[in-house]
Amino acid sequence: MTERETRDAPPHRVGLWHVGVVVSTNTETPTGRSIVLDVPGWGGNLAGQHADVRLTAPDGYQAVRSYSIASAGDGDRVELAVDRFPTGEVSPYLVDELQPGDELELRGPLGGWFVWRPSQTESVQLIGGGSGIVPLMAMIRSHTASGSTAPFRLLYSVRTPDDAFFRSELDTPNPHLDVTWLYTRRTPDGWPRPASRIALADIEASAFAASLAPAVFVCGPTGFVETVANDLVALGHDPQRVKTERFGGA
Amino acid sequence: MAVISRGFTGRSREHNPELPPGQYLTADFPVLSAGPTPDIDTADWQFGIRKDDATLHTWTWDELHALPIEDIDTDIHCVTRWSKFGTSWRGVSLDTLFAGVEPSDEYVMAHSYGGYTTNVPLEDLLGGKAWIAFEFDGEPLDPEHGGPARLLIPHLYFWKSAKWIRSLEMMPSDEPGFWEQNGYNMYGDPWLEQRYW
Repeated sequence: MTERETRDAPPHRVGLWHVGVVVSTNTETPTGRSIVLDVPGWGGNLAGQHADVRLTAPDGYQAVRSYSIASAGDGDRVELAVDRFPTGEVSPYLVDELQPGDELELRGPLGGWFVWRPSQTESVQLIGGGSGIVPLMAMIRSHTASGSTAPFRLLYSVRTPDDAFFRSELDTPNPHLDVTWLYTRRTPDGWPRPASRIALADIEASAFAASLAPAVFVCGPTGFVETVANDLVALGHDPQRVKTERFGGA
Repeated sequence: MAVISRGFTGRSREHNPELPPGQYLTADFPVLSAGPTPDIDTADWQFGIRKDDATLHTWTWDELHALPIEDIDTDIHCVTRWSKFGTSWRGVSLDTLFAGVEPSDEYVMAHSYGGYTTNVPLEDLLGGKAWIAFEFDGEPLDPEHGGPARLLIPHLYFWKSAKWIRSLEMMPSDEPGFWEQNGYNMYGDPWLEQRYW
């Protein structure tokens, strides 16, 4: 166990801006991609934390936004995954413009609540919608890298098969991770479940039961998270065990 | 010295003196909550102010609505960097609620239905600076935005405006609430960018 894993709160070093260099990018979906950065001095992050990203124009104009981190653990390598928000100021640049070798600044890690630590032994239910998979992916990777045998399940809802982030990694067999895919607009050929939004019946059929008292992490657009969190409570999950992260307008 | 991001020019370049540093304007009303949205029936709702000596002053939903109700037009600022101008609310001033409560301490912990907490100095709740709000934009406050009632402290980052407010507890010293234990600043002044530790 590292020193940081024993803490209840993140370290006091979010005030520092670090210069990150883009190592590689990978197109994940028609609107999103993952970005691997080398960030000297970063020093690692817990699974589920996020980072502030700062862009600076040649005339000094700056824009800062927060992004969930898809990677976890010690070291100075950070992976982000970003979905393009069409009218956004930062995400179109990160998805369409940024290239290997480019520099940007990061500050963090931020957030000490929506995190999973390898020292946790209880079952973990992850429920993600769209790019809401990003912090959950960090948990899955941390779980695998640590050799944890805590049972993990993921419900991942995407519009169509093309809209899945980290598809090949999630399709890799993992004895401690059970993945259920849900499609809201178009399914793969021959898929048994018709395309529709996640419903209580999906959670009841595929997620850990409330009686197992799993830790539950839900991340996605506001409407998705509201629906899922309400369904979880209706199914008997203790609200204190259901951690949520929402993005987008109401 | 910041590094230049190749190819980045930016869009929101117009300087607006009403916008605190590092914020951008949104027309949406984003929802940020740490857990499920509590389901609170106004018939069961109660708001209380608890003093250090355990004295408890309480108001039911009807008792709150019998007090003078104010219209509040204000800008709000979230630590996640969105700001929203000209939001309109209705609610009861904390000055009204504290009128019959002799304060015992300088600090207050706000407690919410659902377990959320956030700390605020008492002086930031008084003097026309804070309300118990139950209407937004002419409609009852949506549960996901804190309905039936939330604290509204527009001069601080919005995580201080506790949703689903249940009580205010006076404290002899400043103690961190939920987000304050999880990385956020103890006070949260948007104009000073008091975001994190």
